[in-house]
Amino acid sequence: MALPNDPDPKLAAYAHPERLVTTQWLADRLGEPGLVVVESDEDVLLYDIGHIPGAVKVDWHMELNDPVTRDYVDGTGFARLCGERGITRDSTVVFYGDRNNWWATYALWVFSLFGHPDVRILDGGRAKWMAEGRPMTTETPTAESVDYPTVERDDATIRAFKDDVLAHLGRPLVDVRSPGEYTGELLHMPDYPQEGAVRGGHIPGAANVPWARAAADDATFKTRPELEAIYQEEQGLSPSDDVVAYCRIGERSSHTWFVLTHLLGFDTVRNYDGSWTEWGNAVRVPIAQGSERGSAEGARP
Amino acid sequence: MTMPPQLLELVEEFGEVGPRDRVQLLLELSKELPELPQRYADVAESMEQVYECQSPLFLAVEVEPADAGPERRVHLFFSAPQEAPTTRGFASILRTGLDGEPAADVLGVPDDFYTALGLGPVVSPLRLRGMAAMLARIKSRVRGAVAA
Repeated sequence: MALPNDPDPKLAAYAHPERLVTTQWLADRLGEPGLVVVESDEDVLLYDIGHIPGAVKVDWHMELNDPVTRDYVDGTGFARLCGERGITRDSTVVFYGDRNNWWATYALWVFSLFGHPDVRILDGGRAKWMAEGRPMTTETPTAESVDYPTVERDDATIRAFKDDVLAHLGRPLVDVRSPGEYTGELLHMPDYPQEGAVRGGHIPGAANVPWARAAADDATFKTRPELEAIYQEEQGLSPSDDVVAYCRIGERSSHTWFVLTHLLGFDTVRNYDGSWTEWGNAVRVPIAQGSERGSAEGARP
Repeated sequence: MTMPPQLLELVEEFGEVGPRDRVQLLLELSKELPELPQRYADVAESMEQVYECQSPLFLAVEVEPADAGPERRVHLFFSAPQEAPTTRGFASILRTGLDGEPAADVLGVPDDFYTALGLGPVVSPLRLRGMAAMLARIKSRVRGAVAA
């Protein structure tokens, strides 16, 4: 049984208000049957030093990825991950995390690959919950294992592979990395590999909208008019566009994927999780350098 | 290149357990990072920031003067927020492993010693780079002090 939506007026302005909850909504419903709260952080130890009471942890590194192949878990692995955490196919799953919900949106995106119906983000994440002095605990819940069906992962609808991106050139792309990564002038530190890519720059035609521009100072998402001003007015994207977002490994771009899909109501947004660590290492793919978007024609070898 | 005994012990401890227990070890270490002594706590902004770390981390390096003995022992001080446990854990590894060791031994630590901790599958490569940066900055300070 899905929980009711949060009727908060700020959320109501978004295209899909059912994808977000406020801290107050969550505080009022902790412990309700059908609700599972999932913490997913960039800092893998944060959950262990304190989390929202009853929340379970999903570790992006060890649990959402396949340990060998560069890919996500398969249907069997996902069913196990959910089952162990007391998540059924009917559960309302609320994700939250550190750094403006960066990894929380990544986890939500992976859950969406398996079509989990009711996934939501806690607006403001861990930072807002703590700033409001809400309860935290170090007690780890002992969820009773439940059955989660084995669902085949859908890699076609919200995920893009390198070949998809090559076929997509000429249509809207959003590079959500920092301007330095976008232009190709990466921070150069002696003795350190540069972001794990042999070439710097961006996919030709990509707009540069650093992901965190969608977040307000309190880690909540900016309001709908503020987001429209960035993505639609400033960048010229339209909700009917076919958009691919990418970053370095696909985590930061999950955040932008969430914003475009659920907050602004774009119909077709795919996250290219190979991102720059694949594109910047691939042989003979077109690359643009500098602050201009560039075009695929101009960049083809 | 060799490792000071405390650091070697930590590396071995990490090596003996699986990924999940490595996370637990790092968590315990993060809790053991000592508070800054008063002389730094008051002037934390005078410490060196390690910008390569994902979370704010400040460090200070003291090298005993030459007249205190030929070994020129090194003392390390770190400051990182409670909400940055991984960064604190890394700092704690260096503090536990290197504090009080002779300057030459600190300089002799392999730059990539952290790969032997087996944290690669557990934390992001960017974070491991933060660990490398901490060690590089410590060595640079020690080198400067010894040369002066």
